[in-house]
Amino acid sequence: MGTRDCQHICSESSPAIGEAGTTGEWRDAFPVIDQEKCLPVRQNKPSCFLCWLYCPDAVISRTIPIRINMQYCKGCGICAQVCPACAITMVNEEEFCPSGTD
Amino acid sequence: MSRKITRKASGWILDGNHAAAQGVKLSRVQVIAAYPITPQSPVTETLSEFVEGGKLDAEYIAVESEHSALAVCTSASMVGARTFTATSAHGLAYMHEMLHWAAGARLPVVLACVNRAMGAPWNVLNDQQDSISQRDTGWIQIYARNNQEIIDSVIQAYKIAESVYVPVMVCYDGYVLSHTEMPVDVPSQENVDRFLPPYKPHTILDPANPKNYNLVTLANPRVNAEGVLCHGYMELRYLLQEALQNSRETIIRAGQEFGELFGRSYANMFWEDRLDDADIVIVAMGSLAMEAIVAADMLREAGHKVGVLGLRVFRPFPKADVLKALKKSRLVVVFDKNISYGLEGATCSEIKSALYGSPINAVIRNFIVGLGGRDVKARELVAAVNKSLSSLKEGGLTQEYPEWLCAI
Repeated sequence: MGTRDCQHICSESSPAIGEAGTTGEWRDAFPVIDQEKCLPVRQNKPSCFLCWLYCPDAVISRTIPIRINMQYCKGCGICAQVCPACAITMVNEEEFCPSGTD
Repeated sequence: MSRKITRKASGWILDGNHAAAQGVKLSRVQVIAAYPITPQSPVTETLSEFVEGGKLDAEYIAVESEHSALAVCTSASMVGARTFTATSAHGLAYMHEMLHWAAGARLPVVLACVNRAMGAPWNVLNDQQDSISQRDTGWIQIYARNNQEIIDSVIQAYKIAESVYVPVMVCYDGYVLSHTEMPVDVPSQENVDRFLPPYKPHTILDPANPKNYNLVTLANPRVNAEGVLCHGYMELRYLLQEALQNSRETIIRAGQEFGELFGRSYANMFWEDRLDDADIVIVAMGSLAMEAIVAADMLREAGHKVGVLGLRVFRPFPKADVLKALKKSRLVVVFDKNISYGLEGATCSEIKSALYGSPINAVIRNFIVGLGGRDVKARELVAAVNKSLSSLKEGGLTQEYPEWLCAI
């Protein structure tokens, strides 16, 4: 089966999770959250959520605690930069995952 | 098909730019964006008067550059509007990026290119270097020989573009046509409405049904969110090439239907003049093809069997038709108002490419003429053909480089 069956004549897609591909495969740095420093967790109520607001791939949940969808997190590190409590640290992907694991 | 045809003759005296503007008005264009440049300016000035005076129900969007003009047209086309822009030379060069975008997004924008020489040095006069330089952007290119063909081609351009979803550039020579008045039959609105149905977009940006268009598309095909295998970048490029390859039929059918309604048939990819018995063929494009007919008259009087192949559609290039038309030729003299530096005139290359592998063993000679508005007289074309004839005896099917009709 060729791609003609999609019947598109220009590039198009519907807005949907993953429509740009599994961007998580691009990642070379992994965001590690220190829950003790995260303000919504510490205060146990919605507070800054700047990571949720600034994440360009919208993979961070607006929940307590926050969750990051690692299938699409491309490791840009913006969440770590904007966190007012310095609760997120970017860790080199290779150090984080032992060799031979994904 | 039986149609009730109302053919009211409406003879006007129009220059090429006003003929183009009338064609746009009759095509009921909905969005116009353009930036003035010599010699195109009167096209957009006239259209802005039409819109301002309530004679054309369109949005006229004033922009700060040609790049923005075509960006407006592509965007408006994407939301379902019939669009038009016009430019010349440096303006067309400035549109270069958006020319690729309009074709890649398969948007049926129509652009009038009033052919003008490229700087440096500055020159506002005619040659075809500007549009020839854009031949690989994926646009259909149609060249007019006179003002009647300008208005007719603009109207047909919408029919073609909106059938095959490829943008169309209607090219006509600056000053030679753009500022020269001649009798033009202006079709009635009623008949143009019969010829040209409303634009049906293949995609439409609509907040009620959100879509991403022309997003990052990487090399390989990819399954989308709905589980459908979608084109990668290369498949989309294939489809554009396929659309141009297949557009010949649409171009000819549109020209034929136009002929049925208006009495002027364009069911061809090039104009043929006395090719039936010609063993010497002059090839030219645009207004030069008319001058070539005068030259052929003079050569016929001198006893030569000369015909003219006046290229109308440059992209898609009609290889098979050219092959058929040149069947009897032993000498083909190609005049180009452009030069692909380091090689030869662009149309000469295409003619040679069309003959590759065929049994036609014609000698091909190329002359570069009329750059920067240099006048090209019929007697100069005659002299060039005579010179080519005498070089036949020297052998060699082609010469490595073209000759120039200039004073160097």
